[in-house]
Amino acid sequence: MKNKREAQEPRFAVANREALIGCALAAFNIMWWYGFAYGLGSKPPEEYTYVLGFPAWFFYSCIVGFLVMVLLISLVVKFVLKDVSLEDVEEEDEVNSA
Amino acid sequence: MNWAVVTPLLIFIFIIFLIGIWSNRKMSKASSFLSDYFLGSREFGGIVLAMTMVATYGSASSFLGGPGAAYSIGFGWVLLAMTQVATGYFVLLILGKKFAIVTRRYNAVTLIDFLKERYKSTPVVLVSAFSIIIFLFAAMAAQWVGGAYLIQSLTGLSYTAALFIFTVSVLIYVTIGGFRAVAITDTIQGIVMFFGTFVLLIAVIVAGGGLSNIFSDLMAENPNLITPFGQDGQLTAAYVSSYWILVGVGVIALPQVAVRTMSYRNSKAMHRAIIIGTVVVGVIMLNMHLIGVFARPVLPGIDVADQVIPLIALDVLPAWLAGIILAAPLAAMMSTVDSLLLIVSSSVVKDVYINYIKPQATNENVKKVSMGVTGIIGTVAFLLAINPPELLIFLNLFAFGGLQAAFMWPLVLGLYWKRANKYGAIASMFTGISSYIAIHFYNESYGDLLGVHAVTIPIFLSFFIFIIFSFIFKKEAYEFPTQRIKKQA
Repeated sequence: MKNKREAQEPRFAVANREALIGCALAAFNIMWWYGFAYGLGSKPPEEYTYVLGFPAWFFYSCIVGFLVMVLLISLVVKFVLKDVSLEDVEEEDEVNSA
Repeated sequence: MNWAVVTPLLIFIFIIFLIGIWSNRKMSKASSFLSDYFLGSREFGGIVLAMTMVATYGSASSFLGGPGAAYSIGFGWVLLAMTQVATGYFVLLILGKKFAIVTRRYNAVTLIDFLKERYKSTPVVLVSAFSIIIFLFAAMAAQWVGGAYLIQSLTGLSYTAALFIFTVSVLIYVTIGGFRAVAITDTIQGIVMFFGTFVLLIAVIVAGGGLSNIFSDLMAENPNLITPFGQDGQLTAAYVSSYWILVGVGVIALPQVAVRTMSYRNSKAMHRAIIIGTVVVGVIMLNMHLIGVFARPVLPGIDVADQVIPLIALDVLPAWLAGIILAAPLAAMMSTVDSLLLIVSSSVVKDVYINYIKPQATNENVKKVSMGVTGIIGTVAFLLAINPPELLIFLNLFAFGGLQAAFMWPLVLGLYWKRANKYGAIASMFTGISSYIAIHFYNESYGDLLGVHAVTIPIFLSFFIFIIFSFIFKKEAYEFPTQRIKKQA
């Protein structure tokens, strides 16, 4: 029984780590979104500057912020996430031995 | 009736139906009706998984209600809408692999299956089923209303006639295909929506005379429209930020989204879906809500804001292209309704009927009951939608908040905290639901408590209550089964 539990642990450890990564990505996303939107957007609208036609607060918060998240997530998926089997190895072993 | 628009729309819908029928043929060979009808036999690839998440999550409020709100409120609502970017990656990273592994071991095909096995508690199952039925009815009614608005705008029919057409189409569609039809057609709809939003956005910018001209027009009308704070300065930073819970990270607890994370084939599919889902959600949300704001100078004076998108599409696009582009969100609404119908049906059929009324039901028996329940629920949703609320988005957001207040912590803590037990889960659900409903009505009467959306406080309250009750009624740490449990039915 202990052997089986130890066997399942690595996959759950991977899942736990990836859950924390998800939380970190969301926290970063929120900080970027909030910082640019309310940092640049709290001035009177007459004083707004524009980037590619959009108000700077909106451009950096929603457009650049979105692109940065896509880049970050792609890097995480490519270099950080691990492939693990979703099926249980024990069953396959049993099938093979039968 | 504008046949130049309606014809391509009908062709698109017809193609969707054909795919549903094909899925039905394939389904008849499946070994288990339950897992195939409700879950598509867990063989989603990455693109299919991403698109089912998008098309399920995106709905009438994303394609009509959200842009409509942006039309009225301005860039503050676009900012708020972008909190939804997190849905693309957060759900799959949090639930992801562990949920997929555990639900396979539990033979779970619904969120309630997971909760039932994890907590071994009848009250948890019944409260869950009750929550799903009540709150998803509200979400379904929102789709019904949105679909009817869209059909009404295109055909000139009365609202009730449009509603009836939508209802019949949906019930035919879901009955013949079940979940697999939803998954396959979601993919097509997601792709059309993705590219359709670009086409419509470009057309609106051109019609508005370019970005600088549009912004000049908005500034001239009301400078607040281009601030983060809304047309009357009513959107505070705290209020908008609380939407990160309601439509951002809190989406993890929506049954119709969680069920998707049981459905994919392997880790590679999940990884691909994380990237695709983020891109597609972000692009659609950004484009659709920008279209809503930009429509304001192009078509001033629209009274029913929820009809901005069909009206602007008809105004700035050639008729045939407007028909195709509007067909995709209409199909997405049908798709969302199908998903919600299936979840509510599974709450009734699998979580209540099979568990507690007739455990020995045969496959044939289950099939008949499932389709019968789906039909009844669809009819009731139709009746509820006959008198729509003023703001379409209200219904959807109310439903989301209620589901999150109920399921957030039983789901997440059940998966990641060994000490989570049934007492904590039950206390958390009761606290979440009751405080959500109480605060919701308080906010309607007196304004938003603490200046945030009604779901924010219940989420924190139910979290603390969960932990406190789990420790007060402490049990042994929970260990997941190490292999698939024996099937019961």
